[in-house]
Parts: sequence; structure tokens; C-alpha cells
Amino acid sequence: MATIHVDGNDYEVEDSDNLLHACLSLGLDIPYFCWHPAMGSVGACRQCAVKQYKDADDDRGMLVMSCMAPVKDDAYISIADDEAKAFRETVIEWLMVNHPHDCPVCEEGGHCHLQDMTVMTGHDRRRYRFRKRTHRNQNLGPFIAHEMNRCITCYRCTRFYQDYAGGEDLGAFGAHDNVYFGRYEEGTLESEFSGNLTEVCPTGVFTDQTHSDHYTRKWDLQFAPSICHQCAAGCNISPGERYGDIRRIENRYNGDVNGYFLCDRGRFGYGYVNRQDRPTRPEWRQRSHERALAESPTTLEVDAALDCAADSLRGAKRIIGIGSPRASLESNHMLAQLVGEANFSTGIEAGELTRIRRMQALNRETGVATPSLREIEHADAVLVLGEDLIQSAARVGLSVRQAVRGKGAELGATRGIPDWNAEAIKTIAQDAGHPLFLATPEATKLDGIAAHAWRAAPQDIARLGFAVAHALDPTAPAVADLEAELARLAERCADALLAAKRPLVIAGDSLGDMAIIEAAGNVARALARRQKAEAGLTLIRREANSVGLGLLGGESLDWALERLEHGDADGVVILENDLYTRLSAARVEAALTEAGCVVVIDHQRTTTWERADIGLPAGTFAESDGTLVSLEGRAQRFYQVFDPSYLRPESRIRESWRWLHALKATLERQTVETIVLDELTEAVAGVAPALAALHRNTPESLFRIHGLKLAREPHRYSGRTAMRANLDVNEPRASVDLDTPFAFSMEGYSGYREPRREVAFAWAPGWNSPQAWNKFQDEVGGHLRAGDPGVRLFPVQPASGDYCATLPDAFARSEHEWQIVDLPQLFGGDEMSRRAEPIQARMAPPRVALSHADAARLGIDAGAPVSITVGEATFVLSARLSPSLPNGIVGLPAGSVPEAAPALTPGTIRRGRVAPGARDIGTGEARS
Amino acid sequence: MSRILQPASERRPETHPLTFRLHDDESPVSFDEYRSTHGYEAVAQALDKHTFESLTDEVKAANLRGRGGAGFSAGMKWSLTMKGEGVPRGYVVCNADEMEPGTFKDRLLMEQQPHLLIEGMILAGYANRAKQGYIFLRGEYHRAAASIQRALSDARANGWLGKRVNGSDWDFDIALHTGAGRYICGEETALINSLEGKRANPRAKPPFPGQSGAWGLPTVVNNVETLCNVPGIVAHGADWFQALSGELSDDGGTKLYGASGKVKQPGLWELPMGTSGRELLERAGGMRDGLTLKSWLPGGGSTGFLLPEHLELALDFDTIGGTGSRMGTGLITVVADNQSLVSLTRNLEEFFARESCGWCTPCRDGLPWSVKLLRALEAGEGEPGDIELLEQMARDLGPGKTFCAHAPGAAMPLASAIHYFRDEFERGISRPRGEAHADPIPVGSV
Amino acid sequence: MNQTTADDGARIASDAFALDPADREAILEERSHYPYPQAASIEALKIVQKRLGYVPDGAIPAIADTLGIRPADVEGVATFYSLIFRQPVGRHVILICDSSSCFLTDYEALRDAFIEHLGIHMGQTTADGRFTLLPVCCLGACDRGPAVLIGETLHGPVTPEDIPKLLEAYP
Ligand SMILES: Cc1cc2nc3c(=O)[nH]c(=O)nc-3n(C[C@H](O)[C@H](O)[C@H](O)COP(=O)(O)O)c2cc1C
Ligand code: SF4
Ligand code: FES
Repeated sequence: MATIHVDGNDYEVEDSDNLLHACLSLGLDIPYFCWHPAMGSVGACRQCAVKQYKDADDDRGMLVMSCMAPVKDDAYISIADDEAKAFRETVIEWLMVNHPHDCPVCEEGGHCHLQDMTVMTGHDRRRYRFRKRTHRNQNLGPFIAHEMNRCITCYRCTRFYQDYAGGEDLGAFGAHDNVYFGRYEEGTLESEFSGNLTEVCPTGVFTDQTHSDHYTRKWDLQFAPSICHQCAAGCNISPGERYGDIRRIENRYNGDVNGYFLCDRGRFGYGYVNRQDRPTRPEWRQRSHERALAESPTTLEVDAALDCAADSLRGAKRIIGIGSPRASLESNHMLAQLVGEANFSTGIEAGELTRIRRMQALNRETGVATPSLREIEHADAVLVLGEDLIQSAARVGLSVRQAVRGKGAELGATRGIPDWNAEAIKTIAQDAGHPLFLATPEATKLDGIAAHAWRAAPQDIARLGFAVAHALDPTAPAVADLEAELARLAERCADALLAAKRPLVIAGDSLGDMAIIEAAGNVARALARRQKAEAGLTLIRREANSVGLGLLGGESLDWALERLEHGDADGVVILENDLYTRLSAARVEAALTEAGCVVVIDHQRTTTWERADIGLPAGTFAESDGTLVSLEGRAQRFYQVFDPSYLRPESRIRESWRWLHALKATLERQTVETIVLDELTEAVAGVAPALAALHRNTPESLFRIHGLKLAREPHRYSGRTAMRANLDVNEPRASVDLDTPFAFSMEGYSGYREPRREVAFAWAPGWNSPQAWNKFQDEVGGHLRAGDPGVRLFPVQPASGDYCATLPDAFARSEHEWQIVDLPQLFGGDEMSRRAEPIQARMAPPRVALSHADAARLGIDAGAPVSITVGEATFVLSARLSPSLPNGIVGLPAGSVPEAAPALTPGTIRRGRVAPGARDIGTGEARS
Repeated sequence: MSRILQPASERRPETHPLTFRLHDDESPVSFDEYRSTHGYEAVAQALDKHTFESLTDEVKAANLRGRGGAGFSAGMKWSLTMKGEGVPRGYVVCNADEMEPGTFKDRLLMEQQPHLLIEGMILAGYANRAKQGYIFLRGEYHRAAASIQRALSDARANGWLGKRVNGSDWDFDIALHTGAGRYICGEETALINSLEGKRANPRAKPPFPGQSGAWGLPTVVNNVETLCNVPGIVAHGADWFQALSGELSDDGGTKLYGASGKVKQPGLWELPMGTSGRELLERAGGMRDGLTLKSWLPGGGSTGFLLPEHLELALDFDTIGGTGSRMGTGLITVVADNQSLVSLTRNLEEFFARESCGWCTPCRDGLPWSVKLLRALEAGEGEPGDIELLEQMARDLGPGKTFCAHAPGAAMPLASAIHYFRDEFERGISRPRGEAHADPIPVGSV
Repeated sequence: MNQTTADDGARIASDAFALDPADREAILEERSHYPYPQAASIEALKIVQKRLGYVPDGAIPAIADTLGIRPADVEGVATFYSLIFRQPVGRHVILICDSSSCFLTDYEALRDAFIEHLGIHMGQTTADGRFTLLPVCCLGACDRGPAVLIGETLHGPVTPEDIPKLLEAYP
């Protein structure tokens, strides 16, 4: 720590910081542009000038850029100094020379860092009287709009895109006052993190194209703290709503999890919420005597629907419930309550469920911690087994990139270069990085920064993991007949992990292979036995609440279908789950046909929905509250963003758990009592010891600040009295929210001074942009002052259990069969976001990947149809020739080929026949 | 192409260490010729009797001040280079990017006597424990490139470069790197970025190149002329070097001085450090017929204008620094009374605006504005307040306020022109403030 | 630089670009001179330019691919340096020094004379593709101002009257 004197006041600050960071952390305002809390200092914009004095007696001082000036003990500085103020105003004036002053039509307006800083410096007169420089813009694809004239040349975009996120196609071009930021040629931005440009850019050069299509100012949006439902990483988001539609998703700062950044699936995948074809009213399909469902449904009122559903369920001799890993803990729990715990299925295919449970056990037993994303960023050696992270959990991949980059700071320290001096760190690092070892079937976007990237079949990936564990700890089972090359690689990995202070192993369920998970478990156990106290084990799960469902208990989906097939059960309630994406269509079809009554609660018109006797329209994440558990074991609450029936009174959308609660009461012929989410969360906490920590999240709904609820709307929210005038000239009361501390209103607390963990939107006086998060943090770029949201359910526990001793044989390619692996897809691999148009525009057409040698053997060219037969199913896809896939393996895009989905599920090793395809491949190609 | 105006007969080894070998016909000094006039003997001596440290100390004692314009002591810079156990061996880089307006000395040395530079670099490499040298030559110097390339292969063929330099156990080689334009590449950290194949944005200091330079390794950057002075110092000692400038200056050695602009006979001379501007003007044959001296730049476009009365001053770093201007490269640019200072300043600011790398705000966005104001004044379309605005800009483009010294270099002539010739600027103000008028010509961008 | 919205014509051309094998070799050879491949990027651009006179769009990803570096970095460099031409230029590029010493020795008159003689403005190329006119920083020939660099040859002092004869040497 150091003491600094700022304008006559003394403060204690971190001595490793720069002055800008230190002052902002103290709550003092200094304007800045090129500096960013996550990206450090480069000293380019010259906006953050302050006066620094040699000592208490120096009264002349010298201007310094606070972002480039290290904190020194007993330093005297002044922010308020006249010369410093005048200079800062001049800098803004210069930045404005070419800025078009187009705020009224600029989509950044209202959450613009440039606006904020201009006001902060007091610059309000234009003296420049000459012509402004202009640029042409590029079409950068479906996500990002480009308006270069607004650029103030802070270089943040390239620094984020290239240095932080590893993108290759966006850069800085030109020189002097003609610097251009764009792609080297027009076209879609390649990075999976391009959306962050909209927040990193301090002005309106890069804006959200999906938002543009239905634009609303930030101050006119209604927000709630939410959790991204598009994968298991658990990123915190702030969705903004207007007129009943989600207009955009902004990053919500969580110092432990996503920090300032999201992936593009999370940011741009919200379109399914706004789909016109969503069910908004209960639907009933009459059954014929042959049990066939009527073609077109009849819509019902809520009570009628409940009665109807209860009536038909009452006719059943046994009702089972099929839950969902994309629904909240509360909804799943309520379903289990409705049908009874013994009749509850998680809705997860048996193999996957076993693996999810196993991963959970390993997270508890191996004796190493499950790191948060921030902790991952500090790992100093990483072994990734089987996961193409950028595709399967992109935000985790971004954190792994930072872990590798962390080497720069370490090298910098040896020459006295502080870690915030970003360009100097980059120079000293060159391409050195902390070691990252990747073992995946196909090339990944992290290969470029890996110490070694190895391509192998799942069995061999597992064998590598087991061999690493054995190399770390000879008491771990050895791999029989280990190839020499693999043995050497295992030694290298083990050496790197041992040399590290914070080694990290990452594996997961993308390849659906238990052996890989066990191998990662063995490595983790071995690290624990080698006393690596700060080692970590990260296990990737597929869906937003896979972990939660694993903790909640319940049977597999296969079990549920068997019950129906065997006639053990004849009524089924299906919660937010399209069974057809999980098991073979024929099997699902047969089981549902057997059932006497099918009730489906969902927010999308899925195939399963179309098979329901009764469909109950559920809220998406935006219209409901609940809790999800991320792959880190962090239980996080998401909050309803808007009340769908306020603007669309005809809507009957309800939270799933509310439907289930009402259905239960109706079934039991009770009156439907009001239920508050807290009660449900409490109940979930009681289900299993692992969930007990959820108690700490309740009673949420009673949280108040100065007796006030929290506002969902910024205090400048406009048009409230008029927005419903087409329906009724009398403005109704705002909807009441009993479930959460938030109000559907601008009335309530929205400040930053009083600590609170849940922040709907970041705003502080003078700070309208995402940089307002500074004001909510204990230290800028640190944690929220009241603690980062969420409770961790996997505390480190002493090691227990033993090494897995069942090791797979090496992959042997067979003459006539191919092993099928599914390759995770960021765009298209998730059931919900693939319903969003912008995501569809980024989805690669589904193809089957084959090695060049295999393609040659089969006589197949790129793009040629290939027929794949797995068990009973045969489907045709066009061929993609992969330069990296091992021979004997075919890769299918996970989640993108519904026809292929059932083929992918059963068993660990899926084999299939592959042949040149006979027919054209209708579906896949046409879809995008 | 450029000429040393002293005839060969006047140039002696004892008094003209930089130029005594040069031919009147401007043909390059060959390897054999260079060797036969004691060339490379300093390297032999140094490898024989000097350690890294003692060689550095010798250069430090000579008080050789950088000839690239900033005048920083070369020996001091070398002593700050990180070396020793555990520190990887780095680079010496010769700054041969000569693009400072009014400067034409390095080209002559490289075209006509590349071995002197190579010898100086070998010595710098030895003193700084470097593993490799690079000559960063501006792309337009085709003749110098050919001359250096030839000299490098001759030096290599004769054992002065490559493995085991001159039979010692020390390896060192030099490669020629040619640039692709842009004045900013001459700024030493921008130069390093350019060498690395990056955009030539300067780097923040600290860390200094001696700590973390090219590819993150310790790196020394010196100007061509600076390096050309090293062989003499090593061969004859620091005292000899100091004595070269005699009573004229505290700075040691000789300097390649020059004059261009409105003089009768522009050219170059090797003269003792501290020679006066008056002497240069006289050697250049005085003003062109019919003209009188109005002002002069002491050492390139990034130095401040001076008046005729300053001609008597010694042209060395501290003396010229004392006037508020800078000695810079020591090649004076002579301005006659028929020249508008507003136009000349506009020309200089156009140069600096165009050559700004575009990294920091004041330079990138401030300089083009100053150009537009100057154009307005030049066209008689200035408004009240324009001059004050220019003065403010000159202040806010000053040292410490911008990321590198490029913009402060631009501020020098601007501030001094207004300071000394304010009335000329005032004559450009014709219109009331804020009246609409046609756009002046936009800044050309190339 | 080419910041324009690439029209289809340009796109097709860029897709069709292939590095000349000899240039590819030369670029790989340059790469071996430096500890990291990016250092060869400027030289690589010069190699392409030497053959084609300028650097077409398609060369950017091709060079990036050859060196294993980011295309955005190659374009960043290609558009930063003034001697890399991202648009076609004439057979001979005339670089007129526009810096202070030449300015004092009547650069502007010389520039205007070139403009008039060739019928093009600075930055343009004659219709017959023979000459391109560009300004350049101080050529280090201040003692011979105004100075002009045509191709690789320095001329100076050049007067407006010299122009016709001077250009005869550049067919
Ligand atoms: C904008 C700018 C351009 C420069 N150009 C040159 C140059 O062309 N040649 C040179 O030797 N030094 C140039 N310098 C000075 C160098 O940054 C550096 O001080 C010099 O190379 C150090 O060498 P020296 O100590 O031997 O003079 C320039 C500096 C600036 C700020
Ligand atoms: S002062 Fe700034 S913009 Fe100008 S050349 Fe230096 S770093 Fe670049
Ligand atoms: S924030 Fe300090 S210079 Fe840009």
C-alpha cells in the first residue's frame, strides 16, 4: 500500500496500480478513453492528465498521464489543477474535431462514454470551423454496425479484439488523422467475442446491429439482472426490454465470472424471446379415439387450461414429470413436487446424466477447487482434454486466453514493468505464454496460443489424461501400451503442471465421453496429492442448468420414456424440454403416443410442444425469475425483465414454476394460493445438502434500500403514460413484483452508493456508459462492493475417493466403420439461440467432417453428400474436409443436425457407417 | 550526391575524423582503402584491450552526445543497457531513417563511407553485449542501401562481422533493414516497432529500449553520425575527442554541419563542435544575391526559429538550448526576408501533421487543425483568436503532453514563429469571428 | 488505402490473387532474417509491390498466410507506410520533396509545373499509366533543393524548365 495526496486529501492506495486506476477506485473522477480496466494502459488518448508534484513544496508540478504514472508512496497530485483541467478540455476538443456530433441519431447516445467524458471535462463550445474528415463504413456482418466517422481513435477496439480476444481480422489501418478501424476487407467479423466491441468502444463506432433493428435508448429500456441461458458458463447479463421485446443484451459486471465481457452467442442469441410464433396462450389439442392429436389446437383461458390439464391428468394412473436443464431449479423442483420425486425425470439422456453426476462428484472429491472465470485467468498452466472451449463454453475459452497471456505480466515483473503497462508487457512477452496443452479431435481457435495442440480420438485424449495423472503421481493407474509420442507429451504436460503454482485441468461433456472426464479427475487428484493447493478442475457442461439438475436429483430421460413405453405411466408433464433433440425421434414419438395425456410447458413451439394435449405458455428467462447453477457450481438468480401481459394483456405467459404450482393446486382441487419465488428457492435449498447454500440467496424479495424497492427502469425512462395508450387511456398501475426486490418502474433505488449485489443496469451520475460499473466496484475492475452475485455450491473439500482405474484402449480405426464425435458449435449448437435470426446468419451449414485421407478413401470431395448410418437412423450431410481430424473419425456439428442428434446420444463410442450419399441433403443447407 | 564542401586537402585524420577519407568525386571509400587508413583498427583494439564496461566508460568519458537530434550522451545510454548474467543479449540498431527536414548528413556518410558506420556499430555492439546489429535505413536511400550492402559483405568476408569477429571469441553480425517511408520511424521506439514489422507507433518509456527494446530484448539505438564517431574515440581516446572541439564547446568532437535554404552554396562541413551559425552562413557563401537573412532553423524542422542575432552563438546542444530552440541535427535552414513565415510554418506543420503516427490525440487531431488555421491565415482568412489558439496548441503539443517527441518537435517552429514574427500572423486576420466562408483546402492525406 | 466498400469486381480479383511462387520464396527467405515472422511483413509487401507496382487487396491475406500472421496486421502495416501503395501506380513514381528546405527553394512552383506538365494532381496517375505524382518527406538532399526522386534516382535541384527533358529518361 502507498499513501497519495490528491488535491489536499490523503488516501491509501494499492502501490502496484497506476494513478488513474487508483483514483477511480477511490471514487474520484478522471476522464479517460484508451485505458480500460481489463486492458490496462497505453497512454494514447492523453485524456487522463493530472498534475504531479515532486513533493509538498513543489508548487509548479508537471502534467502526467495518470494511466501511465505508477503510484508512488507520498506522491502529490492534483486533478483539479487549472492547467490539468484546461489540458483535458483541450484533448476533448481535439477528439471532437472530427467527431460528427450526431448524438441525436447515434445509437450510442445515452450510454456513451464520449458523451460522459465531454460533459465531465466541461467542453461545450466548438471552435473548430473547418471541414471534418469522413470515412466509409464496412458491413461487418449481422452483429455489429460500423460508423467510423464517430471514431476518436482510442485503439480500444483493436486492443480488445486482437490482444485480449485473439481476433485476426480487425485492425488499425492508415496513419495520422486518417486512422481507420475495421476489417482488412469488408465482411463478417470472425471473432466469437465481437459483441464486446459495442461496450469497449467509447463511442458509437461499433454498435449492436441486432439492437439497431428495434432501437431504444438506454434510458427507455427496462432492465433486470439476468443470467445468460445459452451455455453453462453462467455469464451475468442485463437484458433491456421495451414494448414487450428484448432489445439488446448488455454485459452485467460480475467480478468473479464474466467481468466486462460476453460471447456473441450470449449477447446476440436473445431473438427467441421475441419470436412471433411463440405460444402466448394455453393450447389444447383434442385426441381422436386412435389417440391421434388434432391438427390445429384450440386456445384456452388459464383456468380452463388448468382444469383441462388437471382433468386429463387425473385420468392417468401414474403421472411422470420430465424436467429440463434449461429451466430453473425452481421450475424443476415444482415439477418434482407436482408429480412426486419418484416420478421426476431430469429430462437428460441417461449417459449425459451419468456424466453430469460424475462431474459433480469429481468437483467435490478430487480435492482441488472449481475455479471461477476470474480464477481461470490466473492459472499458469492449463491442460484441456477434449473441449473446444471457444465452441463449447466460449467465455471460458476467453478466460483461458488470459491465463496464457498472464505470462507477460510475469516476465514484465522481472524487468520492473508493471502489469498495467499493456504495450510494454506485450513487447516483453512476444509470443511467450503460460503453457496451454490442448487435446481435441479437431483444430480449435486456441491452438495458436497453445504450447502444444494435439489431435486425437476421444479414447486417446482420455489416455493422454490418464498418462499425465500417472506421470504426476506414479500411484495413479498407468496407461497400458502407451505410445512413445503420447508418453512424451504426457511428461511434458505433467512437468508444466508441476512447475505451475496454479495448474488447471479442463475437460467436459462435449465429446460425451466418460473416460475423458475420469482422466481429468485423475489429473486433478494427482495434483492434489502433489500438494498443488491452488490447482483447479473445470468441467464443462452443456446447458445453462445442467449442473443444477445434476444436484436436484431425478431420473434420466430414458427412464421416463421407458415408463411411458411400458405403460408404467400414462400421464406426463414436460417442462421446457424438446425431447426430440435428446433421443431418437421414433422413440420419443412412440412414448408420447403411449401416454394418455401430455402436458408441455414451454416458451417455444418445439416438436414436443406440437405433440402436447395441453400446452402451457411459459416465460423465457426474460419473463421469469429463477435460479441456475453454472459450471463453476455458482447458483445465480435471474430476474424477470418485464411483465409480458402489461403491454400485451392477451398474453397468458407465466413462469413455468407458477404454472406448475397452479396445476398442482388444481389437480389437488385446492384453491391456487399466491406463491412467492423465495418460498420455492427455500424449498429447493432443502432438497439436497449440496443446495443448502441457496438459503443465502433468500429472502431476496424483501431486500430494500432505504425502504425502497430497486428500480428496473432508469430514472429518465420516458413514455410510460403513453406506451399503453393504444389499449387504454388510463395508465394502469405498474405490475407488482412480489417475487423480487425489483419494481417494474423507474421508482425505486437505482444508485451506486448503497451496496447491492444485484444491479439491473449500471448508472451513476455522470456515468451512463458501461464504464459506470466502476462505481459499483470495490476497486475498479475488481469485485462488486457488496460481493459478486451468486453463491458457490462447490467449496473445496478434502480429497476423497480414489483414482479411476478403468482406462480405455487406444482408438483403433476399423475398416468399415467410423467413430462419430460431435463437435460443439458456438453458433447453432444451442437449442434456443439458434432460433434467433442473427445467430442463424452466423451458423455454418451443418456438415460432416472427415479427414482428407478418409475422404479420399471414400472418393468424396468437399461438399459432396455423405450418408451416415447409425443404428437404425440414416441421414445425409455434405462433406467438410478437415485438415486436422484424425483418420477413422467423423465429426458432426453438435446440436445443429436434429436428424443426427439421436445418433449421437447412446453409448460412449458411437460407430456408424459412412458412404457417399445418394440423395441431396435438403434440410441442413437450406436452414441457414 | 550531397557534398562535403571542404576539399580533400583540407580534411586531415586528426581534425576531420568523420570525413578525412572522403573523395572529392563522392565515390565510396572501399574496404581496402578504409583498412589502409587505419580502418577497423579500433575494433581490433577494443576486442583486445576493452571489456564491455571499459569500452562504454571510454565513450562516456568522451562525452559523445547523440547526433540524432536529442543530444543524449551515448556512453550514458550504453551504460544503462541491461547486460550481464541472465540478461539475454540484445541488439544495436543504427538509426538511419534521416527524414528531418533540412537534414542531409547521414546519407552522405552511408553512401560514401559505410565502413566507418559499420565499425562504429561493431564497437557499439561489443560495448552493449549485443548479438546482432540492424541498420534501419529509410526506404528512399537506394544508393546508401547499395553501398551499405556491399560494405557489409566486404566486412563479413574479411572477418569483421559474423562468427568470431576478427578471430576473437565474440560473434556479431549486422543486417540492413530498409523502411517504407514515414518520418516517425526515426523516433527510436517507433523505429523498433517498425523493425518488428509493426505500425510505427512509438512505445512508452519506461521501459527504455535498453531494458526492453526490439523483441523485448535490451536494445541500443544510435544515430549514424553518433556511431561514426565511435571508432575515433576508441582509437585515440576520450581526451583526443574532447580536444577536437577545443574552447568552442563543452561537447566533444566534430560535427557534420550544413546549411540549406536561401544560401549561395548549400552543403556540408565537418567542423569542431560549437562552431557558430555565422561561420556556417559564411562558408555557404552568404545569402543568395539580393536577399537578407530573416530567420534560421538551427537543426531541422523540429527546432525553433532563431533570429540573425543568434548567429554568433556556438552551435552546440546547451547553447542553442538556452535560446529556447534546439540544436537538433545542426544543419541550419536559412530563411530570407522575402519569405512569409506564416507559409513556411504552414509547410512545416503540414509535414508534421502528415507524418504523425496517429497514436496520441494532441498530435493526431491537433496538428491538422493548426494547419487549417495557418492556411486560413496565409490566405488572409484568419479570424481574431486564431493566433491565440495556435499559441495554445503549441503549448499543449509540448513535451510530456504528447506520447512522443514528434508533436513537441512540431510545436517548436510554431511557437517560435509566432513569438518572433507575430505581426506576420496578424496580417492574416481579415474577418470577424465566426463568419461563414468557404472551406480552405482539406489536408491532403497520403 | 482501400477502405471503400469493396465492390464485387474487387472481391473477385482479391479472391483470385495468388502469390507468385518466387515472391513466396523471397518472403519466406526474409522471414528467416528475423526472430519473429511479423518483422518480414514490410519487406513482404515490398516484394509484392516490386512485381506488381502496388499491393492488391488479395495480397494481404496471402502474405498473412505465408508468414503465419494476422491479415489485419499486414493491412495495418500496408496502410501505414507511405511507400507501400495499396492502389495501382504508374510505371514511374515521382516523389517530390515537399519539406522545408525544398519549400524554401520553390518546391511549390516545381510541384505546380509537374501538375501542369502531366495533367494530373498529386496522388494521381497519368492516363497512360506512365507516371504517378506523390509528395515525400525531406529526401536528405536539401543542398540540392528542390529535389525529386524518380524510381530510385535522385534529381536536384530541379527547375520547372527541366521537367520535359528529365522525364524523357522514363519511358
Ligand atoms: C519524430 C522523431 C523523428 C526522429 N528522427 C530521427 C532520425 O531520422 N534519425 C535519428 O538519428 N534520430 C531521429 N530521432 C531521434 C531518435 O529518437 C533518437 O533520439 C536517436 O536515434 C538516438 O540516437 P543518438 O542518441 O545517437 O542521437 C527522431 C526523434 C523523433 C521524436
Ligand atoms: S506525438 Fe503522438 S501521434 Fe504524434 S507521432 Fe508521437 S505518438 Fe504519434
Ligand atoms: S486514458 Fe490515459 S492516456 Fe488514455
